[in-house]
Parts: sequence; C-alpha cells; structure tokens
Amino acid sequence: MIRVVLPAHLRTLAQVTGEVTVEIEGKATTRSVLDALEAGYPMLRGTIRDQVTHERRAFVRFFACEQDLSQDSPDDLLPEAVATGAEPFLIVGAMAGG
Amino acid sequence: MSRVRVLVGTRKGAFVLTADGKRKSWDVNGPHFGGWEIYHLKGSPADPNRIYASQSSSWFGQIIQRSSDGGKTWETVGNKLPYEGAVGNHLWYDGTQRPFEFARVWHLEPSLKDPDTVYAGIQDAALFRTTDGGQTWRELPALRNHPSAAEWQPGAGGMCLHTIILDPKNPGRIFIAISAAGAFRSDDDGQSWRPINRGLRSEQIPNPTAEVGHCVHRIAMHPSRPNVLFMQKHWDVMRSDDAGESWKDVGGDLPTDFGFPIDVHAHEPNTIYVVPIKSDSEHYVPDGKLRVYRSRTGGQEWEALTKGLPQSHCYVNVLRDAMAVDALDPCGIYFGTSGGQVYGSADAGDSWTAIVRDLPAVVSVEAQTLS
Repeated sequence: MIRVVLPAHLRTLAQVTGEVTVEIEGKATTRSVLDALEAGYPMLRGTIRDQVTHERRAFVRFFACEQDLSQDSPDDLLPEAVATGAEPFLIVGAMAGG
Repeated sequence: MSRVRVLVGTRKGAFVLTADGKRKSWDVNGPHFGGWEIYHLKGSPADPNRIYASQSSSWFGQIIQRSSDGGKTWETVGNKLPYEGAVGNHLWYDGTQRPFEFARVWHLEPSLKDPDTVYAGIQDAALFRTTDGGQTWRELPALRNHPSAAEWQPGAGGMCLHTIILDPKNPGRIFIAISAAGAFRSDDDGQSWRPINRGLRSEQIPNPTAEVGHCVHRIAMHPSRPNVLFMQKHWDVMRSDDAGESWKDVGGDLPTDFGFPIDVHAHEPNTIYVVPIKSDSEHYVPDGKLRVYRSRTGGQEWEALTKGLPQSHCYVNVLRDAMAVDALDPCGIYFGTSGGQVYGSADAGDSWTAIVRDLPAVVSVEAQTLS
C-alpha cells in the first residue's frame, strides 16, 4: 500500500479529504503510482501528467522523504519508505503565484 | 412563473445567479470549483438543467464539468481533447512557425436539439464535439487543416476559438471565430470551412484586407434572422447581411469601436449591444464611465445606456463572452466585468442594477430563461 497526498484542488476534484492509498503490483515507481491513482480516481487523468505523453505537467512536483523526485525518470524506484507506506508520496502544486 | 438563471464564469470559480421573472431579487450560489478558472458555462437549449462548464488551471490543466440538475451538483466528464492527425503549425508572435498546442477550452456550445451534443472551441484554435454528454471528444479537424492555418496567429489572450454559433434555420451551418485568424463558416456540420472576412479591415496586419489574420472578438446572431451577423472586432463593429459573405462597418457614432462583447436583443433582431473600451492597450471603459451602447437600427446609430451604471472612476473591462440576454419580455441583459460586478437590466438596457458586486474577475456570462 502506498500513501499519496494530493494538493487541495485535486482532493476536491477527487472528492477525498485526506491521504489516498493505492495498491501497486510490481515495482513502486512514479509511473506505477500514477497509473494506480488514475485508475482509482479517473477524474484526475490529465491533471498531474499529460494523458497522451504522460509527461508531468509543468507546475506539478513530486516529493517524498524530503526529496524532489520531479526530475527523476518515472520508472525509477521510489524510496523504500514510500514503497512500504511509511512515508507518503506527495503531489504538489508548484509555487507559481496565483 | 418564468425564472432566469445566469451562469457566471470567473477567474476563481463559477457562480449561479437565479431570480424570478421580475428579476429584482437574486440568489447568488457559489463559488463552484473555487480557485479554478471557469472560462465558460452554458446550458443546453434542449434541456436547460443540463449545463456544461470549462474548468481549467495552469497547474492542473483542463477539466470539463457537467450538471444535470441546473448547476446544483456536478460531475466530471471527459477531458481528453487530442488534435486529430498531424498537428501542423501556426504563426507565432515572432514570425516563426509553432505547432498547435492545447491550452484550454474557451467556449462550450451545446447543440440546439440534443443535450448530449456539445461543441468546444479551444486554444490553440480548433473545434471539438462530443455526442455522448462530454464523455469523449473528437476534433472536427477540417478547420485546423484549412490551408490558411499556417497564417493564423495568437491574439493577446492566446490563439483561441472563442465563438461558436449554430444556425437554427440551416442545418449543418456553423459560424466560428478565432483570435487572430478571423471568422469561418461551415455549411456541412464542420466537414469543410471557408473564411468569411471580406470587408474586414485590420491595420495591425501587413495586408489590412487579407482573407485571414483578423482579430475578431465576438460574433452575435438573432435566431430568427441567421443571415444577419454582428461582429465586435479588435477595432470596428461590423455587420453582415449575407451570412458572412461580406461585412460593413456599423460603428457609426460610438465613442470608440474597440471592445469585446456584442449581443442581440431577444425579441428585436435589429437591436444590438456593445461595451466600448478605450483602446487596444487601455482595456477599460473610456472616461471612467461604464456605458453599454445600444443600437436599435442594427448599427450606425448608438445610444449610451448609463442608468444604474457607475459614471465616474470606473476602469473595468468586459470580456468577449461576458454578456448575455434572456428571453423574457422585456428582454433582460446581463454582463460581468473584470472588477467582479455582474450587472443586469430587466428593461432591455434602459436601467441597470448590480446583481453582485465583488466576485473574482468575470470571464463569461450566460443567461437561461426557465419556465
């Protein structure tokens, strides 16, 4: 089980109030987490990454264990603490005014 | 008794304003989708409780919302709007070619007959359609594949397809407008298109009378007379009496003919409304006075409508999709401002009141007349 923290606007869109959890088959990577997240919450498709290219949206960041994973390959393994559910995978709206 | 529902899109959410047929006392409901830009909401003429909304954000992209109960509750529907086939290029500000790239949905135009069919105008300019209530969208690619597309360029707000008019008397005829490409017409439900810009003159392009490249801001049509079109261009208020084949300037005695919205009285096809703006670089009303101008002669002769509107120290703008009319008698007129005010008139513009004063900047206003 992997814990995911969504930014406030996406929690509203997904109609959830706190963390969400996803089950991953195989390796825990950014791609597998987002695949599972979008399968469980289809209204989030296109809001975090492009629906066709799967590129991360420019003003979205991925953090975990006090590290910025945004520029990592989506197929890199996530930290062990995220894979075990000890730490959450954070999806964050970038600081860009607004 | 009749009721009116006014759908307001703002920079930070949507609002639904409702009143009975007297239009004196209004309920303000919202914000819906707080914090998101709502470029447009529009109800289906075939089922007024079916409303579609374009919700977008620089952070999280494009969402399409659908309501089946008049805006009380909403559900997300499909938000995948991929260009069909080769993407192609358009002209960029610096004169280079740049690929078309999806940015947002500017305008949603529900079918006149089918609540599940909706047209969407997007940035970068293209026309999409859903026939399943918004679950899936397909481009009508003939427009973007028009041979002139490489000459289209963005207006200051982006290269947006912002106007979609479905002709109620000629099935398959669609009018659209793009900033800054101009107006186009299809007579076969979007399968083919041709520019309809003859008579437009734009000093901001190398050939002022070119076939494309004009910054059309808005087109309006009265459903009883679909061959007559009224246009607010970047500069110039124009009229066509032949479904866009030719245009003539009807700005007449307006204080300035720059502006964004234009609309037609619900019962008087020759009565039209504009909101003159000082200039293309000073996007606020002239002289600090918020004045709607009405022509009862289909243009040329205009009168300022000021009763109830601020006549000093007012420097707001009114965007292209932010004016609408209801179908009651007398006709109601509504518009929203960059200052967050939504003004309404229950007497065809003779007098105005602020329905609500302090919303986020208003992007779009639509009115629904309910029985």
